[in-house]
Amino acid sequence: MELIVALGIGVLAGCGVWLVLRPRTFQVVIGLSLFSYAVNLLIFIMGWVRGGRAPIVGTSAPVDVASFTDPLPQALVLTAIVISFATTALLLVVLLAARGLTGTDHVDGREPEE
Amino acid sequence: MSLWTEHLVIAPVVVPLAAGALLLLYDERRRKLKAAIGLASLAVQLGAAVALLARATTIPAQVYALGDWPAPFGIVLVADRLSAMMLLLAAVLGIAALVFSLARWHRAGPRFHSLVQFLLMGLNGAFLTGDLFNLFVFFELMLVASYALALHGSGTARVRESLHYIVINLTASLFFLIGAALLYGVTGTLNMADLAMRIPQVPAEDRVLVEVGAAILAIAFLVKAAMWPLGFWLPSTYAAAAAPAAAMFSILSKVGVYAVLRLWLLLFGGAAGAELLLYGGMATIAYGVSGMLAAQTLGRLAGFNLIVSSGTLLAAIGAGQAAATGAALYYLLVSTLGSAAFFLLIELVERARTPGADVLAVTAAAFGVGDEETEPEEETGVAIPATMALLGLSFACCALLAAGLPPLPGFLAKFALLAALLAPDPVPGVAWALLVLLTLSGLAAVVAMGRSGVRIFWGTTTSPPPRVRLIEMAPVAALLALCLALTVAAGPAMNYLNDTARALYAPGGYIESVLTP
Repeated sequence: MELIVALGIGVLAGCGVWLVLRPRTFQVVIGLSLFSYAVNLLIFIMGWVRGGRAPIVGTSAPVDVASFTDPLPQALVLTAIVISFATTALLLVVLLAARGLTGTDHVDGREPEE
Repeated sequence: MSLWTEHLVIAPVVVPLAAGALLLLYDERRRKLKAAIGLASLAVQLGAAVALLARATTIPAQVYALGDWPAPFGIVLVADRLSAMMLLLAAVLGIAALVFSLARWHRAGPRFHSLVQFLLMGLNGAFLTGDLFNLFVFFELMLVASYALALHGSGTARVRESLHYIVINLTASLFFLIGAALLYGVTGTLNMADLAMRIPQVPAEDRVLVEVGAAILAIAFLVKAAMWPLGFWLPSTYAAAAAPAAAMFSILSKVGVYAVLRLWLLLFGGAAGAELLLYGGMATIAYGVSGMLAAQTLGRLAGFNLIVSSGTLLAAIGAGQAAATGAALYYLLVSTLGSAAFFLLIELVERARTPGADVLAVTAAAFGVGDEETEPEEETGVAIPATMALLGLSFACCALLAAGLPPLPGFLAKFALLAALLAPDPVPGVAWALLVLLTLSGLAAVVAMGRSGVRIFWGTTTSPPPRVRLIEMAPVAALLALCLALTVAAGPAMNYLNDTARALYAPGGYIESVLTP
């Protein structure tokens, strides 16, 4: 299970990095999104991969902490998702503005000379 | 009374949030009201910063537990000497930039006043927070506001540079998250004081994960601090930004330096990676100096000047002595005020050469801000007599600050720094190298700024002197006067800053204040 998650994160991050380094703004946006998915997954599994356990500790005593999963990474990842969502939306607006003003979707605002 | 002092710590976060939200409700045309709300909010922030500064001298750290959850479980805000000083600096810069913008820039795009408040909220929160993830959230708040401010006024150059700026900072933020996640995964806490307690107890096999996490975190901070080779984005972005936005941005790169200073000394006691900071800082100085000498425009010159100051700070912090760090903090104050004044001044000076008002008029038209007819006097303003002389004097002051020449405090800062570096008996070779670099950087600043100054102020020009309003000249003069005041009050200021540096090197008081409720 750990291996599958780790490989998934690796593939997402690898694709993200490659796309961020591409010259078209849309590729960069998609790359940043993929990269942020990878990072979100990484935060999420920082509480370790444990299937079928709730992050909420009940009131019935005695409480065995080991039978619950850590709720904090889930809270963190929600915050991180919201922030990356908002910043991606902002970046899309800037992308469109740049496309309109410069007439090209190259990240430097002009086509490379042949 | 005690209730007020208790809740004072959160005021620098809540006040700009409330003011920024309130400002969103008012129409763009109610400019006087918006300006009044913005200035009132900044005045409250300034007052809170001064009160926190006064209290920080008596107790090691004022802790505010949000929701009254005790420290390792809840999020805390911590105001110690360093935080209070940075809050004060942010409020001062905010006031200067806002007053400057009232002459014309706040009309160049929508929701300028709200964005300034949100930027300050993010800055103040980042300086105050005692929680690693909360630091990320405040970083993002500050950055999102700065993206919008970098775009303020629109135009092709700004949009193009902002695109680079946003992509680089988003990537850096992702690095921040990776670092925070790794640290949390190993130590099981995000509270900075608790992290400082737990990191020494980490078993040896997990040690490497902590170090990797911290290194990735440092990348995020050093991108913000524009250390070579992570800082190529800075000069063009800052040169393209509107003058008040650029002036505010001059503290943005210091946030990266602040985070390095705080976390590195708290978590690792300044042991790990000191050489990296020292040599990285020196490389940054070298890069900034070559950039200054090659810069074609004043905006880029100011950007590279900021890079030199970042490099000097990082190298001084990397030297790993409390005395050097105290001097570095003094340099931080001086260079931030000086470069903010320079960014504001550039816009006034450029007006003499290329009528920047044209660009402004275009953007104002693009945003449909067209009610200039109602207040025609404001648009033309009254030209100050001997404008060029005043501008020239301010320019000379900025040059002296950047070069570190007496009587302005840039000299004192560099002198104190070098005195601290050369104090150990066998002076390390790298200290001599840093001495040479710092001296050369001062010389380069004189050459670069002198060249521009001669061309601007002594060149034979037929264009009429720029029309500068008092409200635009006053913030520049006030920032420079503050620098002068720092020279006069160098003794008390250095005492405060040396105490700050010592407290950073012995964080026991900070940790104890946070963890004992």
